[in-house]
This record gives sequence, C-alpha cells and structure tokens, in this order.
Amino acid sequence: MARMEKLDRRNFLMAGTLGAALPVTAKAQDFLTPAMTTPAEPGAPYGVPAPSEANVQRLATPLAQVSAGTASSRTPLHKLDGIITPSGLHYERHHAGVPQIDPAKHRLLLHGLVKKPLEFSVESLLRYPRVSRLAFLECGGNSGGNAAASPPQTSVDLIHGLISCSEWTGVPLKLLFDEAGILPDAQWLVAEGGDAASMARSLPFKAVYQHGLLALFQNGERLRPEQGYPMRLFMPGWEGNLNIKWLQRLKLVKEPAFTREETSKYTQLLRDGSARQFDFIMPVKSVILMPSVGMQIKPGYLEITGLAWSGHGTIRHVEVTVDGGKHWQRATLTEPLLPQCMTRFRLEWAWDGTPVLLQSRAVDDAGNEQPSHAEWRARFAPGQGYHYNAIQSWQVDVNGQVRNIHA
Amino acid sequence: MRRCALIFLLSLAASPAFCAPPRPFLGEPANPGRIAAWDIVPDRNGAGLPPGRGSVREGIAIFNARCAMCHGRDGAGKPADRLTGGVGSLGTQHPLRTVASYWPYATSLFGYIRAAMPINQPRSLSANDAYALCAYILSVDGIVPKDAVLDAKTLAAVRMPNRNGFRSVWPRTR
Repeated sequence: MARMEKLDRRNFLMAGTLGAALPVTAKAQDFLTPAMTTPAEPGAPYGVPAPSEANVQRLATPLAQVSAGTASSRTPLHKLDGIITPSGLHYERHHAGVPQIDPAKHRLLLHGLVKKPLEFSVESLLRYPRVSRLAFLECGGNSGGNAAASPPQTSVDLIHGLISCSEWTGVPLKLLFDEAGILPDAQWLVAEGGDAASMARSLPFKAVYQHGLLALFQNGERLRPEQGYPMRLFMPGWEGNLNIKWLQRLKLVKEPAFTREETSKYTQLLRDGSARQFDFIMPVKSVILMPSVGMQIKPGYLEITGLAWSGHGTIRHVEVTVDGGKHWQRATLTEPLLPQCMTRFRLEWAWDGTPVLLQSRAVDDAGNEQPSHAEWRARFAPGQGYHYNAIQSWQVDVNGQVRNIHA
Repeated sequence: MRRCALIFLLSLAASPAFCAPPRPFLGEPANPGRIAAWDIVPDRNGAGLPPGRGSVREGIAIFNARCAMCHGRDGAGKPADRLTGGVGSLGTQHPLRTVASYWPYATSLFGYIRAAMPINQPRSLSANDAYALCAYILSVDGIVPKDAVLDAKTLAAVRMPNRNGFRSVWPRTR
C-alpha cells in the first residue's frame, strides 16, 4: 500500500486507463498456454538446452587456412552466468584436430628417470582413488588480441573466451609417480598427448607431484573429446597448453626438453628482445561481461557483472569504476571463493545516459594486481599477447553502444 | 590408528607403509617397443636423436615437395609460420619470430618436424628427411653452411642465433 501512495496523479491515471482497456470479453481460455493444456514428450536420454537458447554456442575460429586441424573455439562468457562452464561450451584449442580415441586401446606411459617404467590402461586408472576440484582453465593466449595497438571490436568471447571453469575429477599423479619410483635426478617431466600434433610440454616435476591431477571427469561426466578424452593432465591455475590433452606419455627427465611449444610458442618477447620462458602460472585478471563490447545498453538499472580469476590464488576483491577511474567501488563477490577458480562479481548500477568508461580490477590473495594497458605495452614486444592481463576498458557512448578502448 | 602408532613407536624398523591406506598398484611393466616408438623428443644436448643424416641439397627437394605449400618458398611463411629471416629483429619495433631468429635449439626443430610435421601427414618423414629439412631451413640464414650435412652429433652442435635469448621465469630451471 505504501508503494501505491507514492504513485503520482499521472501514473495513477495511466494505471486506471490500462485497467479499463482490458477486453471485457477475455476468457480464462485466453490465458492458458499450450504447455498447460497438452502433455509433452519426455526429456531426451541426454538433455540439451532449450531450443530458444540454441544461439549460446562456442565461437569457432580457425587460426589458419593451412589445416582445419589447428583451431580454437571460445566460451560465450557473456551469455552465461555463475562460474561453471557447461562442458559443451568449454573453450578448446587444438593443434591437429580432436582425435577420437578408443579408451580400450589407450595407454598412459610413465618412464624416464624412474625405477620401474610403467604403463596404465584406462580401465585400471579408473580404479585409483580420485579427488575433485573446481578450477579455471585458461589458454596462454587468452585476451592476447588486446595487446594490439588497436583494440579489437569483436564480441567479448573472441577477446577473452579462451577461459572456462569446471569441476575436474581424477587421480592425483603422485600416486602413479610413487608407484613407478622416481629417481633423484628427475627434476622435470615431459608430458605428451596422443594427438597428431604430439603436443609436448616440460613441467617442473615437484610442482606436478604436489598439484598434478590425471583428470578423467569434467563436471561429473567423463571428459569430452575436445578436453582430452580419455584423460588429460590438469594443473590448477597453469597455462592451458600444458594441461596436455589425450595424455599418453609422462617422461621424467633432468632438464626441460625445450619443445616447440615452450620455445617458439608460449614464450613472451620483451621490448629489449629477450624472452620470458617457463612462465606457467596464469596471472590475475578480471573482465566485465555485462555490459561488454558490441552490446547496446539502455538508460536505467543495470547489474554490472563479470568474472575474475588468478592462477596464483584466490580473488580477494574486485573493484569497478563507472567514471574512468575517478572512483572505484568494491563489487560483490558471489560465493564460492576458491583458489584458481572463476569468481563472479556483481555491482548494481543505473546508467544515466551519459558517456561512461567502465573498468574492473582484481586483486588476489598473494597481492597481485592487474597492470594498465600502457604498462603492458611498455614492457612487452609489439603484439606480444601471451598471459595478457591488463585492465579491460569499455567505453559506453550516448547511444549506449559499448566499445573496446585502451585506457 | 592408535595401534598403528603404537606398532610404529615400539619398532623402529616398522615401515610407515604398514599404516598407509591400500594402493591399487595396477601399472604394468612398460612395453619397450612402446617406449621406443613414442619417445622421440630429443633433449637440447642431442640425447634421443636417432641415427641418420641429411644434407641441405636433399632438404631443398623435400621442403619444396612437403613444406613449401604452407611455409612458403625458402620458408618465408604464409599461410603457416615463417621459418626463416628476422635474425637480429627481436629487440626492434618489428620483431620477427622465426626458427632462425627465435628458436634457441636446433634439436627443438628436429623434434617438432619428426613428431608433428607435415601437418597433414605427421610421422611420415624419416629421420634422414628430418635431418635434411633442418639442414636446409637453417642454411637459408647461414646458420649452417650451404654444403652442411646434419646428423645427431652435428645437429646438436648447431649454435642458434638466439640461444641465450630466453630467461626462465620458473625458479629452478638452471
């Protein structure tokens, strides 16, 4: 009633008019929907999204015309909410296609500096004890398009969609290492996939012993082929590329193998011509997804929301500015707040129709912060986009159009 | 648990494994044939390189037949990665990252070619083919001479222009 009393005379009259405009002939029948009157078919054995949500899809981007095999597809982050990525929308990057592997024939080989070189069948690995954890997975090249002098005006998934978040379940790798018996000289581990790219990366052994997971399940079901079925290496918070998919070989070695993917690629060229190598942990980052580039917003209420994450730990807080950095406000973080996991942030806002500059900046519990775009560009060689984590700036013009700018 | 602890304390010879949870131990002895077939990534010192040899001259023919359609004439690139040129460009406004200008070890090139190239038919090149391709690609920028013949020993001895250009972020590399 209190609310009714606040209605001014004009609104009151309008409400009255609308009420009077209702057709007197309206029958109860008019308000019944087909769903209320017709029993429907049962659900499918494996459910799929509603037909009207069919546009929520990964954005596929072939990287070259050389081969259909090397490509990526990106998670439509701006069409999702919460922190979990549906498995079918998890980003994927492959270097020689998505192999279809027969689990009955797949073997995991563990050799090199071990007392007993071993091989494991999928069937036997499924009998090992498992652990689960929620964690993001991010491609080392995610957001790299923003390193360019001219910011891309593509939708946000094409810029930042090489990240997803899942519950990963599998066997702690230390169980297999202990079973094989690791020799003292084993400082590094070469992990290799069974795909046509023979994707191989070197990882420091101690870290894999402590944190490495032989992932067999994702979001409750067995891994999708795009995610490495029947098994992948998983290192929470580490660069996507070294979470080797279709994992079939682990070799204990004394020093890194210096494979193509850890020399030619996934290294970071600096302004002075030297390059950073073996930078494994994905840095702290945050992105406002609603609103984001390519959208058009309307004046009035809008909940600003986005995602933040850090390979170094847990997101401590996210700040949002709606005036280009003059004032920063703490966003609300939605639980759970977990290490190496996506964190959802929200801020209630009303747009007044004037041009605004929106930014977010995250801080993790190790104290890491995001650089500005200018700081990034000053440090790295032109176009160097691996591990790009500078603050994202969205410019909203008087028409509500959102553009990507470097600020 | 108390009984376990008691046993452990009473006998210094007692193994802690006594109290550890049961483990599956389902790994089987690795098949030596599988190791030989799969373990083809050499290290930077050349360990793991196979027998065989290949010359620049042989490499030109293989490159033009199997590689040039993606990597361009003389490895100049397009549509796939540029392989040659750019030596000395890394610290400039237009850095060009190629095998010649950027890769620190020739062993990485051999390992990648042998395991993953050509992209439409990986593992179809022999060890001799891979040595010959390395010889040719590296000869374009004079990293090896035009009459070079590479094998396990000479490939590992190749000194790449950017050998000292990388700095490990991981604390315990070297």
